[in-house]
Amino acid sequence: MRFQLSDDQRALKAGVRELLDGRFGRVALRAAVDAPGRLDRELWRALGDAGFFALRLPEADGGVGLGLPEAVLVFEEAGRALLPGPLVATHLAAGSVPGAATGETVVTAVDGELVEWLDAADVVSGDASDAVPLRSVDPLTPLHRIPAACAAAAPGRRRRETRPAARAGTGAAGPDGCLAGLLTAAEQLGTAVRVQELAVQHARTREQFGQPIGAFQAVKHLCADLLVRAETARVAVYAAAVTGDAADIAAARLLADEAAVRGARDCLQVHGGMGFTWEADVHLHLKRAWVRARRAGGSTESEELLAGRLVV
Amino acid sequence: MELSYSPQEEEFRARLREWLAKVLPTLPPKPSPGDWPARRAYDLGWQRMLYDAGYADVHWDASPTTRLIFLEETERAGAPYVGANFVGLLHAGPTIAAEGTPAQRARWLPPVLRGEEVWCQGFSEPGAGSDLAALRTRAWRDGDDYVVTGSKIWTSHAEVADWCELLVRTDPQAPRHRGITWLALPMDADGVTVRPLGTLAGSAEFAEVFLDEVRVPAANRVGAENDGWRVTMVTLSFERGTAFVGEVVACRRVLTELASAARENGRWDDPVLRRRLGRLEAEFRALWRLTQWNVSEAEASGGVPGVGGSVFKLRYSHARQDLYDTAADVLGPAALDLDQSWVLDRLSSLSYTIAAGTSQIQRNIVAERILGLPKGR
Repeated sequence: MRFQLSDDQRALKAGVRELLDGRFGRVALRAAVDAPGRLDRELWRALGDAGFFALRLPEADGGVGLGLPEAVLVFEEAGRALLPGPLVATHLAAGSVPGAATGETVVTAVDGELVEWLDAADVVSGDASDAVPLRSVDPLTPLHRIPAACAAAAPGRRRRETRPAARAGTGAAGPDGCLAGLLTAAEQLGTAVRVQELAVQHARTREQFGQPIGAFQAVKHLCADLLVRAETARVAVYAAAVTGDAADIAAARLLADEAAVRGARDCLQVHGGMGFTWEADVHLHLKRAWVRARRAGGSTESEELLAGRLVV
Repeated sequence: MELSYSPQEEEFRARLREWLAKVLPTLPPKPSPGDWPARRAYDLGWQRMLYDAGYADVHWDASPTTRLIFLEETERAGAPYVGANFVGLLHAGPTIAAEGTPAQRARWLPPVLRGEEVWCQGFSEPGAGSDLAALRTRAWRDGDDYVVTGSKIWTSHAEVADWCELLVRTDPQAPRHRGITWLALPMDADGVTVRPLGTLAGSAEFAEVFLDEVRVPAANRVGAENDGWRVTMVTLSFERGTAFVGEVVACRRVLTELASAARENGRWDDPVLRRRLGRLEAEFRALWRLTQWNVSEAEASGGVPGVGGSVFKLRYSHARQDLYDTAADVLGPAALDLDQSWVLDRLSSLSYTIAAGTSQIQRNIVAERILGLPKGR
């Protein structure tokens, strides 16, 4: 059993990190925060060129020919970098929506009552005709909401081009929903690992009472728990990518959501007053983790699916 | 990344499964928890069966993956737990194998493998619990013997052990970690007194051991004098490897039993409880993956269990407590009935965040050794 990253997988992960550091480092991140709602189409095409969307398409169809484990590693890095945009929907549309694979076309998907990046998208999967904008808690993810009363309405056309999708297709149950859940979990894992690193960095350097705050057990234990949650989520996400099993994916979702949301909160706590400021990046991780945790049915669907597995 | 097993490993699994199906029905009934001599006989009998079938040394000589398969299959089939053989097979044995002389290995290892001798562990003391290096049990050299005086506590299986892996202080002037020596103490020596301790679950799982001028031959020293701390660390690294594999498998089985029980008594209709069970299923699936990950890592690094052990132990001890707290939720009023086995298991689970390094100590280890945070108070 080689349940570890292969050399190629390690290299892929490092390559994506380097690409994102170069194209979407901290300066670009903060610029994106200051210009909410604007999707960097040039960056999107660069992602397409790098194979971000065509990753799992067969080489014969112009894809990279890799599998879910590789996709998960790539999305982990995207999550870590807080890369904005409807990455999951566009990745899943590669091969069925023209231009999605190359990054020419931006695709978003209706997910229950919410749609991310509706105004920036060229193609919408699902029916977003009644969507109204809301003031998104995450400055890096514009959101529209479809009133619950319209959620069961017949598929219509909002504008541009829509791809009909069964409403269940984006829920946790459909195959696409399953993959969307796994890639979301991978993004959450990226955040979980990143906030653990940020918390530890801060705890090592910030001094109070004449020593680094990381020497105090109360802070130490927060950091240790951050690592434990992130590493447990990591193995759950990687294993789900290997098996592709719906229950493994549901488990990965639950573990990664918890690791990201609780991790971001603990990281904020470790940062003290700085953690509550706009200029520190911690809140961006927390807010994005909240947005992702709402996707594809959220925790209820995953918990029910796993409970159902216990009584088969 | 993959999660598949090699053809050889799958063949090992199939053979083991077949053997277990054949021998388990022939086992005598499980002895009552309070009957120590019967427990000892039962556990040693099982080890002897493993020995005769060629599985006795799976904890020592097999690859980590083979060990994982062994623990997974034995637990799944409902085979006896390692029980009284725990210290011999997983602590003292591996230590003697790694650090002992050829004569010491020849004297002590075969009886452990053959299910003839039981070991216990004399590490903790009343004044040295989490802080093991504070141990004060003294040993003076006198001719060919050490003369040992002091006391040990939380010693599991002490009532029925033949040998004790004993840590003593041989040089009180040296820095704490440098004056400790590892001895094999015969439990029938003059001056050894065992006093059983009751647990909150009502059982007598461990004991106090009092040592009053006990003579231990110097030939029973494993490693050099005053080098016992390093020898001990070799031992402790074994504890975190695959020690919990069987338990994770067992917890997953308990979880399915909880779900069936909830279906039967109507608690399943409570969505809060149902979702709690679902979340536990996620938790134990992840813990199983963490086990596979750690084993795979140990395999790649030549069998040395990595730091993943502390991460696993922290997460697992709390998950196990959650599991039995949820069992209480499923049981309802029966959660107060000591005749329910889950109620006893719930009580036992309270030790998990304390034994073998409290969760608080584990967090310090993770923070200092993995995350590199400064040592402090």
